[in-house]
Amino acid sequence: MMTLTEKILARAAGKAQVKAGDNVWVKADTLMTHDVCGPGTIGVFKREFGEHARVWDKERIVIIPDHYIFTADSRSNRNVDILRDFVREQGLKYFYDVIDDPEGKWVFNPAQGLLKKQYGSQYAGVCHTALAQRGHTRPGEVLFGTDSHTCMAGAFNQFATGIGNTDAGFVMGTGKLLIKVPETMHFRLEGSLQPGVMAKDVILHIIGEIGFDGATYRAMQFDGEGARSLSVDDRMTVANMAIEAGGKNGIFEFDEKTEAYVRHRTETNGTRSEYEPVERDASENFFSEHVIDLDKLEPTVACHPDPGNRRLARELSDLGLDRAYIGSCTGGKTSDFIAFAEVIRGKSVVIDTFGVPATPEIVDELKSTMWDGTSVWQIMTDAGVQMTENAGCSACLGGPVDTFGRMNKPLKCISATNRNFPGRMGHKESQVFLASPATVAASALTGKVTDPRDL
Amino acid sequence: MSKVIKGPVFVVQDNIDTDQIIPAQYLNLIPTIAEEYEKLGSYALCGLPDSLYSERYVPEGQMDSPFPIVVAGRNFGCGSSREHAPIAMGSADCQLVLAESFARIFFRNCVATGELYPCESEERLCEILKTGDVISVDLDTCQVHVESTGKTYAIKGLGDVRSVVDAGGLFNYARQHDMISS
Ligand code: SF4
Repeated sequence: MMTLTEKILARAAGKAQVKAGDNVWVKADTLMTHDVCGPGTIGVFKREFGEHARVWDKERIVIIPDHYIFTADSRSNRNVDILRDFVREQGLKYFYDVIDDPEGKWVFNPAQGLLKKQYGSQYAGVCHTALAQRGHTRPGEVLFGTDSHTCMAGAFNQFATGIGNTDAGFVMGTGKLLIKVPETMHFRLEGSLQPGVMAKDVILHIIGEIGFDGATYRAMQFDGEGARSLSVDDRMTVANMAIEAGGKNGIFEFDEKTEAYVRHRTETNGTRSEYEPVERDASENFFSEHVIDLDKLEPTVACHPDPGNRRLARELSDLGLDRAYIGSCTGGKTSDFIAFAEVIRGKSVVIDTFGVPATPEIVDELKSTMWDGTSVWQIMTDAGVQMTENAGCSACLGGPVDTFGRMNKPLKCISATNRNFPGRMGHKESQVFLASPATVAASALTGKVTDPRDL
Repeated sequence: MSKVIKGPVFVVQDNIDTDQIIPAQYLNLIPTIAEEYEKLGSYALCGLPDSLYSERYVPEGQMDSPFPIVVAGRNFGCGSSREHAPIAMGSADCQLVLAESFARIFFRNCVATGELYPCESEERLCEILKTGDVISVDLDTCQVHVESTGKTYAIKGLGDVRSVVDAGGLFNYARQHDMISS
């Protein structure tokens, strides 16, 4: 009689049964942190457990620098060095450093420009995408991360949620955290997506439906035949944005697609491959029930200034834009670029358009995927998209002023990212419109918000 | 322990996200380094668009805010999990945010760090009060008293989290209650 989220939390708490509202101590399977919150988490850990304290488990902490990497800002560069020093001191197994020299210091060289890659062989890119690609997401497990989009790993039938530095410092020392079991909102997806409509449209539709705080404190469970029809990449896009409705986590059912992805990734990377998924009980207690008919969805946009400000793309055809952006954990996967490239192939963008793959692996895939002898990467650049090899968070969250694609003026940008509060991508008077990669691509070709089906 | 927080309020509206509380470009500051903690305070709420908020929360060139209380609408602190957000506000001397509702991670981070009290109002105070109004908030009786009008308004009790913030955050609380060794 438990929901997927309750089942995972019961197991992690060592209890036969938990219910929404219970406060339980759960064991963490993995703790992830990055360059923006890692140094502060390490600071809390040392302040509270002592200068010579040891982490609870050297193999369960994953450190992924990805946010402020390709910037000349010296404090940001320093923060990557703090991570490296800590990893060496503690002997942590999983650290995806920007540079290869474990004794080195990271310094970005602006003279080489922002487009050519400046990382070594271990760098993994945006943490949430990297966690999955590097074999750290496992069904049935508990993942805490110092980043609100940690909920993306819910795509893998995992309980994954974002926490602050103090909580993360606590997990680092004890491997446990006291959490409240969230109520579950049930989203049954039916049918399948129509041409021109993408996973991003599903989640923008849902957030518009329940509101930007419609899932606050709650779990969002996505299941049904429509959910099964989505690819793993698509499920990641959806789960990623549970937080944009205030959700604590988003979670999908386990199926053969999950199994195949996780097996491939754990095998390739030599990470732990045992896991135990959770399956749905015959009866579950939901806070609310929602049925989403995927067949009926249309290209959707979340307008400035919040992710719940929903409109259909075709209703906004008068809205002029200054810029387009494709990238981030939610919108910078290979499948996102493929969808984008299909729209712009052989055409030219008419506004400044920036492309930032989430991870180096995606950069490689785009360069090696050939369509009639031309790589997808080349198709993007031929159309006038400024593509950088420096995979990472880049302008998704603004960042230091020299960040690639950052809006340093009050511009209007259509973006495949996940957040559009004022100032999110730089200048605080700029405006961000969230849309699927296909809609961003179509809009880049016209300079106005454009439904990709109209091209 | 009785607790009354009194002073002028700074009023904001709905959906104030963590980018507006502490813009991303300042996240290179590490909150556990004393000097950088102070600096974070000087940027608290500086991401609010000037077109909507003519007065700054922390005056230009200063490290602290004259407003110990922030009054807000729905979903205060939504967005990122950055603990820099409650920390920047606490560092700027904010003691209390009185909002219609909070985003989950921000609420939890207020409690975990012990930087400030996140209280929910029963009424939409962000439309009743204006920046500069002096109020006193009694956390025991759950009453807000507005000095200029003499009116009172109810707030929701903090419940269990009150004692964690009183203790100065999660770790202090856990030590006081022998949940972790000191
Ligand atoms: S890509 Fe954007 S949303 Fe994703 S982790 Fe980076 S900053 Fe956050």
